[in-house]
Amino acid sequence: MLTQKEIFATIEMIDRQHLDIRTVTMGISLLSCCDADARKACDKIYDKITRCAENLVRVGRDIETEFGIPIVNKRISVTPMALVAAASETEDYVPFALALDRAAKTCGVNFIGGYSALVQKGMTAADEKLIRSIPEALDRTELVCSSVNVGSTRAGINMDAVALMGKIIKETAERTKDRDGLGCAKLVVFCNAVEDNPFMAGAFHGVGEAEKVINVGVSGPGVVYHALQSVKGASFDVVAETVKKTAFRVTRMGQLVAQEASRRLDTPFGIVDLSLAPTPAVGDSVARILEEMGLEVCGTHGTTAALALLNDAVKKGGVMASSSVGGLSGAFIPVSEDEGMIAAAQSGVLTLDKLEAMTCVCSVGLDMIAVPGDTSAETVAAIIADEAAIGMVNNKTTAVRLLPVPGKQVGDSVEMGGLLGSAPVMPVHGESSAAFIRRGGRIPAPLHSLRN
Amino acid sequence: MNAIVSVLGRDKVGITAAVCVKMADYQINILDISMTVMQGNFTMIMVVDLENMTAPFGEVVDACDALGKELGVSIRIQRQEIFDAMHEI
Repeated sequence: MLTQKEIFATIEMIDRQHLDIRTVTMGISLLSCCDADARKACDKIYDKITRCAENLVRVGRDIETEFGIPIVNKRISVTPMALVAAASETEDYVPFALALDRAAKTCGVNFIGGYSALVQKGMTAADEKLIRSIPEALDRTELVCSSVNVGSTRAGINMDAVALMGKIIKETAERTKDRDGLGCAKLVVFCNAVEDNPFMAGAFHGVGEAEKVINVGVSGPGVVYHALQSVKGASFDVVAETVKKTAFRVTRMGQLVAQEASRRLDTPFGIVDLSLAPTPAVGDSVARILEEMGLEVCGTHGTTAALALLNDAVKKGGVMASSSVGGLSGAFIPVSEDEGMIAAAQSGVLTLDKLEAMTCVCSVGLDMIAVPGDTSAETVAAIIADEAAIGMVNNKTTAVRLLPVPGKQVGDSVEMGGLLGSAPVMPVHGESSAAFIRRGGRIPAPLHSLRN
Repeated sequence: MNAIVSVLGRDKVGITAAVCVKMADYQINILDISMTVMQGNFTMIMVVDLENMTAPFGEVVDACDALGKELGVSIRIQRQEIFDAMHEI
């Protein structure tokens, strides 16, 4: 029997601690939409998405109303578009992005992910066409998100793709400079990308997935922060236990919503992603959790250890609460989307190098970081290479979502609005990595990739 | 299907009565009520049965919201599963 205390604890988590379901994402396979005629393929893509996700937003709202828990985002992920578009005899892939955008608008979702290519070992002609079309695709669409996987533990790092992505990110920023390079906020470069990630901008529907599937991403930094306030000064054993218990509760709610959405949409339940996803709202920050553990400012010495504990405890608490855990599952550290990270970066304590160290122990990578507009494509590529190396060697997903904001310098700030927040422009090293990036080829997979 | 009605706010005469009347309006059966007033703060939890509810859930949520504004308290109705999921293994 529920007690009054338990009922009010849940209500307080939702009302005051920003507890919400961050996203209900429907994954849809578009492999059946391949057609030699690109126009026909685009029509099939639009029809299939709008048919499968017709009720997604309405069902999401119904669940919000009945359970009294906000579902912040309803989204769609699709098969990496390079695989679908490969069948079409065309040089121009932008119409595929426009079809995705139209379908997303018809369904009423706020993002659609999967304008993607998986090139960890090599690029097909279609992969390269898609990648080269990304700047225009992100400029001409509003809701389309793009991702490119450039490395994996099994395949190594495709340095030709890394070099190309440096240029593509710069070009995307330039094409969307009237919006402060906003296009780059919708573009992620991965190592070890996962096939069932519900979070944007990196969501796509992997080829090993079913026809359609419901994946749910939970949130809850505010709830964890609040729980830690009740164990001030206690040992790390107590801190870890407190985070685990909180993550369990949050995930149980995600599991409930996922099952309910799956049933109502007659779509198989895929996974619950146990990520701690912050928002720019005060009280919903991962950085503030780390500071609550005893750090004066996030980014100072001890931050990596604090994040390692947090990330591990979130997984341990969450894994028992869901029948199927997947996606990225860990603490996110997007700078612009986290009020505490923004403050720490503005104060100069949190640097790009420290963020890179933090990505070794958490999900996912260098995320939503604004860098000066005159950062070279080679430097952007070298940052991607470093991050991909961390993912490759540590057998984990890493990602880079950088915004080289045209015309902005260190000390400036970029306002993106909404959940994307605002980002202080952070310094990068001025010394050149150009000769390193020019080498091209592939960084071989590490020895521990040979596990058979 | 059961739901939890929770009421929070400054105490005044007639809150319980008004909420109960509203439930009756929609043929919502009350299974359990617990109510306390501490230092002028009114809290009430009701477990209700929605089996014969005469309106869509969203309409009842809106009606509770409107009544809450009228009485100067917050009134919400949520399906019980969310509380069970979070607090029971």
